[in-house]
Amino acid sequence: MTIRAFVLSAACLAALIAPALADTTVTVLHVSENPAQTALWDKIAADYNAAHKGVNVQMKYLENEAFKAKLPTMLQSDSRPDLFYSWAGGVMQAQDKAGFLKDISADMASVDPTLSPTAVEAFKVGGKQVGAPFEVGEVAFYYNKKLFEKASVKAEDVKSWDDFLGAVKTLKAAGITPLVVGAGDKWPMHFYYSYLVMRLGGEHALADAKAGKDGGFKSPVFVEAGKKLRELAALEPFQPGYLQTKHGESAGVFGDGKAAMDLMGQWLLGMQAPNSASGKGLAEEDIGILSFPVVPGGKGKATDTLGGINGWLVSKSAPPEAVDFLKFFSQEKYAKEAADKAAYIPVVKGAEASFTNPLFKRLAGDLAATTYHQNYFDQDLGPSLGRVINDVSVAVAAGEMTPEAAAAAIQEAADQQ
Amino acid sequence: MTEPGAVSAVAGDHRVRSPAAGAPAADGRRRMTLNGWATVAVFLPPALLVFTVFVFLPVVEAGWYGFFNWDGYGRPEKVIGLKNYEWLFSNPAFQRALVNNGLIIAVSLLVQLPLALGVAVLIAGRMRGAVVFRLIFFLPYVLADVAAGLIWRFMLDGSYGIPSLFTDMLGLQPFYLLASKDWAFSAVLIVTVWKYFGFHMMLYIAGLQGIDKEVLEAAKMDGASPWQRFRHITLPLLGPMIRLSIFFSVIGALKFFDMIVPLTGGGPFNTTHTMVSFLYYFGLTRMRIGFGSAVGVVLFVICVTFAFGYQRLVMRDD
Repeated sequence: MTIRAFVLSAACLAALIAPALADTTVTVLHVSENPAQTALWDKIAADYNAAHKGVNVQMKYLENEAFKAKLPTMLQSDSRPDLFYSWAGGVMQAQDKAGFLKDISADMASVDPTLSPTAVEAFKVGGKQVGAPFEVGEVAFYYNKKLFEKASVKAEDVKSWDDFLGAVKTLKAAGITPLVVGAGDKWPMHFYYSYLVMRLGGEHALADAKAGKDGGFKSPVFVEAGKKLRELAALEPFQPGYLQTKHGESAGVFGDGKAAMDLMGQWLLGMQAPNSASGKGLAEEDIGILSFPVVPGGKGKATDTLGGINGWLVSKSAPPEAVDFLKFFSQEKYAKEAADKAAYIPVVKGAEASFTNPLFKRLAGDLAATTYHQNYFDQDLGPSLGRVINDVSVAVAAGEMTPEAAAAAIQEAADQQ
Repeated sequence: MTEPGAVSAVAGDHRVRSPAAGAPAADGRRRMTLNGWATVAVFLPPALLVFTVFVFLPVVEAGWYGFFNWDGYGRPEKVIGLKNYEWLFSNPAFQRALVNNGLIIAVSLLVQLPLALGVAVLIAGRMRGAVVFRLIFFLPYVLADVAAGLIWRFMLDGSYGIPSLFTDMLGLQPFYLLASKDWAFSAVLIVTVWKYFGFHMMLYIAGLQGIDKEVLEAAKMDGASPWQRFRHITLPLLGPMIRLSIFFSVIGALKFFDMIVPLTGGGPFNTTHTMVSFLYYFGLTRMRIGFGSAVGVVLFVICVTFAFGYQRLVMRDD
């Protein structure tokens, strides 16, 4: 009796397991909260599953901070994802060094030429490709056209750092808060510091500092960037209480029309309305985009861009289907769909033509024509050094730290790595 | 007063019982031992396992990781000796965190406990509405720390919070308490007292209810003033409860974390960290697991030293 029951249940179990064994599951872990983006990804996964019998691609979501905290442990366990979201940079390098990533250079050789070269380059470690980018972003000044008009500031006249300081003074004189920044979260302020370093030192500034050339982060470029940031902050251009303002709140301040400019990534366009007091935010036609001004005498160009490069990393144990899905994902038709729906700015060449939203079109145009694209400093440098840059950016702006001390603090943190 | 007696009575019980157990014949004792072993075999392993896996091993591991420069990926390989500790003690944010922990302890002991005791004395009696007041004062403690922190963040905001009432009325510039490095931690201290004094008040109310009314009445008949009755009867009889309350306060202050994150996030300029929030922001979020472990070790040593020292020196009779 008991033996028969055992055989029966074993048979049932086998029947249950058999189809599961035939299926290959590819798990994709991401952090996106953008509904347009996740809807498109779910569709891509469904398309792939429909076209490939026996493969089941699953998109899974984990909250941003939880993702960052859990990933190191997950990668060492058996429940590691096959593909996972990445900002490239220092964290990716650490993951590669620990042997968690797969070399997919050969598999991607046919796809890479169709993608933005800067973005592909970002997903290489020592010449070896470990992932595929899907999106790039641009940090720029988003400005309120009505407030600019009220203060008679013309965006097209703001080209140099001095023009910019002049515009800030004019806005302030007109009783308008010139800039909004979520310094309570720190990283929004590091965009100023990063752009100043890029405009002053050009495309080699960060790489040179990392390599320890010319005093590393204590080089004159970083010190001068701090001085310029303090020069701006001394005009008191930020909204009152900016040191405690969180990123979401700052988007709301911009959406409520309480500040003229916000130096932010493209997601501000999606965030300003829901975070505003009215819930409506600014109409898109009232928002303009202004590139970060050039600094006279600096090595950087006005067309050098700062912004995120996001992509998928392939974990060591991922089945071949995972890489196959990555190629499927990188098709032009999906990139065009992302552009058409303004879900994100895809890295597939030529997709920028599909943008109908004028603001996204402008950003995609900037990125397609970029002379040098730099990943966020805090991602490029990794979590430890990155957060130090964020900390000192706020401290320098608030006059709590001298530019020299800030540069020294970054170098000290670099020495501790 | 009754408690030390109770303790020694229990201890005395043991002393009486063990020879009594040993007195009967040899096989009787063997049965006892077997029973004892069976009990040990059933009840000890689960507890020991849980304690070993979730308490003892992590502590030892943290001590081990503290000697490495490790970002949490792969295995720790880069041994750096005591460098993590050197960096830690020279870090201005950590020095400030130590001071902040000290401030929380000081405010807990000098403001929160007297306040809790005072309120407890006022509402411990059977007066009308006492229960309602107890509930009101205890409510903040029931509220989740993170929720309370978020609520206070709104209440202390310079544009629409409590400070704006005053600045608007007086026609001054808005004042952003949580953005000021001179005042942000004071705000944290105020919220801490508001949040936790209710818990200590409840401890004291429980203690007060345990005091024999007859003693107080006898003193009253002998002509003792209310202050004398409080000073010479209530306070000494509350001794065990006060010592317990101090213990909870200090340990609570040392592991203070939840409220910091929503209120200030350690800012502005890393002036409002506690040791634990420092560990979280400088160890975990920065992926400096070795460094974070070193912070953990320092915190562990401070807590253990206090806990054992206090139990041994102050609470030995309770």
